[in-house]
Amino acid sequence: MTDTAAPLIALRDVFKIYGSGESEVRALDGVDLDIRTGEFVAVMGPSGSGKSTCMNVLGCLDRPTRGRYLFRGVDLAGASLDQLALVRRHYLGFVFQGFNLLARTTALENVELPLVYRGVPTVERRRLAAKALADVGLGGRELHTPAELSGGQQQRVAIARAMVSEPSLLLADEPTGNLDTARKHEIMRLLRALNDERKITIVVVTHESDVADFASRTILFRDGRIERDERRGAPS
Amino acid sequence: MLTSTLGMALREIRRNVLRSVLTTLGIVIGVAAVIMLVTLGQGATDKVTGDIAKMGVNMLTVVPGAERRGGASVGAAPLTLDDARAIRQEIPSVATVAPSAGRGLLVVSANQNWSTTVTGCTNDYLSVRDLRLAVGRSFNEAEAQGGSPACVLGPTVRSKLFGQGDPLDASIRVGKVACRVIGVTEAKGQNTFGMDQDDFVLMPLTTFQRRILGSRDVGAISMSASTETAIPKVKTQLAALMRARRKLPEGAPDDFSVRDMKEISETLSSVTGALTALLGAVAAVSLVVGGIGIMNIMLVSVTERTREIGIRLAIGARAYEVLLQFLVEAVMLSLFGGVLGMMLGLVGSYAAGRALSFPFRVLPEVVVIAFAFSFLVGVGFGFFPARRAARMNPIDALRHE
Ligand SMILES: Nc1ncnc2c1ncn2[C@@H]1O[C@H](COP(=O)(O)OP(=O)(O)OP(=O)(O)O)[C@@H](O)[C@H]1O
Ligand SMILES: [Mg+2]
Repeated sequence: MTDTAAPLIALRDVFKIYGSGESEVRALDGVDLDIRTGEFVAVMGPSGSGKSTCMNVLGCLDRPTRGRYLFRGVDLAGASLDQLALVRRHYLGFVFQGFNLLARTTALENVELPLVYRGVPTVERRRLAAKALADVGLGGRELHTPAELSGGQQQRVAIARAMVSEPSLLLADEPTGNLDTARKHEIMRLLRALNDERKITIVVVTHESDVADFASRTILFRDGRIERDERRGAPS
Repeated sequence: MLTSTLGMALREIRRNVLRSVLTTLGIVIGVAAVIMLVTLGQGATDKVTGDIAKMGVNMLTVVPGAERRGGASVGAAPLTLDDARAIRQEIPSVATVAPSAGRGLLVVSANQNWSTTVTGCTNDYLSVRDLRLAVGRSFNEAEAQGGSPACVLGPTVRSKLFGQGDPLDASIRVGKVACRVIGVTEAKGQNTFGMDQDDFVLMPLTTFQRRILGSRDVGAISMSASTETAIPKVKTQLAALMRARRKLPEGAPDDFSVRDMKEISETLSSVTGALTALLGAVAAVSLVVGGIGIMNIMLVSVTERTREIGIRLAIGARAYEVLLQFLVEAVMLSLFGGVLGMMLGLVGSYAAGRALSFPFRVLPEVVVIAFAFSFLVGVGFGFFPARRAARMNPIDALRHE
């Protein structure tokens, strides 16, 4: 690799420690990680190994206890909550492990939400949200609320919401956990396409190797550390 | 930005219908209860004060016998017409003097009878008591001098004896005396104590003394002071005059008493004032209860709201954008509830006042306080939990339980 460009994101000796003393948990225990623009990374590892914690730090939803987080070369350690919010708004899309959709709110309105905060005009917003829903196979379900959708459908709404604003970096925490194999592969092909065509950098947490196979790079977490980091093929 | 915030707040209100309705209801009830209670209390006070004014605030009455607990006294010399004359001559601030005497008697018409109070009096009695004639006339000179017996009826007596019939010029028997009806007074209704103020028969004092009482005694002398402020002066002069006329030695207690409507009126006003204060306190409690209701609803939904805030933050909302939305929502609900409660309170107290025949007087400061308090509670408890959530790391808000 002779890539001279600065990485999109860089973690330097990042710790996330919960509790203290006896009950101290090192969810992240000195993580160093570079991810370049255009990469498609799969994060794997046993339950409790720190995958979600790492994703939250990458997604600017949580701050590391210690260590540096560089986003496009800028250290976010001293950033205010509002500055982090703006990073999320303009560069990030996040699919949560637990979906986190707004209750009693239609799928369309849920997907529209990131665009609302980006100041996209209503009509354009509707159009983009409807298109994103169609892309995840939920055309015709625009007006259903989360309670009226199956787990897999909610997950796809969450994916549509994360990608509707075409973020630079899309972070997905087990986005296919509740889907059957066919749906799962469909979603992964969709992510693959976003990565290929729009150069969206993608990080996906998964337990399944067939999902990880869609990625160009696999990172394995164990006990809060990166145990293995493999690149496959030569996508660039 | 502002319009989208407004839209978002409106959508949130519609989305959480139950929560919105309950919040609004708490405010509506708080505001309406306070306004109704205080306005009705004020109406009651006004009514009592008005009633007393109707009885004649400037009126003083002197009766024989010392004022004693447990009712009338015995053995005191009666008053006389000379006493009345002396008062008229020697106390300049007295406008009208009306000696009277009364007794409970059966009055009988052609086919009805009724037991009532018969008062012997002069025409001045009518003005001191603020009695006006509805039909007929008052006593003429000949009748006042003790000529042919005549009488004026209170409306209650009139309807008991004559029903819908015409009483004028009819002959009735008052005790043992045959008497011609010459007039009927206007109705006054019940007084504050629930006594019928229209149940009486008036006849000339001389006739009453001669034909019914059989003596020249006067039971009471009512008088009106020329102004309300002259009352204390009249009172002391009256006491001195009476003591002199009754030849009471220095140091002996009064064997007569002076009643002053103003005193009674002030006592009553302070009682009803205390009542209003009590109602105000009850209202304040209901306001607090309403406030706690609002608070509960808001706090119960904090978990859900915290998560919602977490989601919005995660998606890229800044804290102040989320807060603005929640603030707008709380303000709209509280404002709506407050205005609704205000209207309900005013309409309710107007209707209740009509039913109880209280005058309708709104105290604007109470309306403002009730409204402001509920508004602040509504906004406060809608806004402050949201503010706490908006200052968290998004992930902590999302994990909130
Ligand atoms: N808020 C928290 N407070 C205390 N400990 C926490 C907290 N969040 C995570 N942990 C701990 O940090 C460790 C890593 O958790 P994390 O959620 O990152 O695991 P994960 O790899 O995503 O697991 P899974 O595959 O089950 O989702 C776990 O031991 C967990 O108990
Ligand atoms: Mg996880």
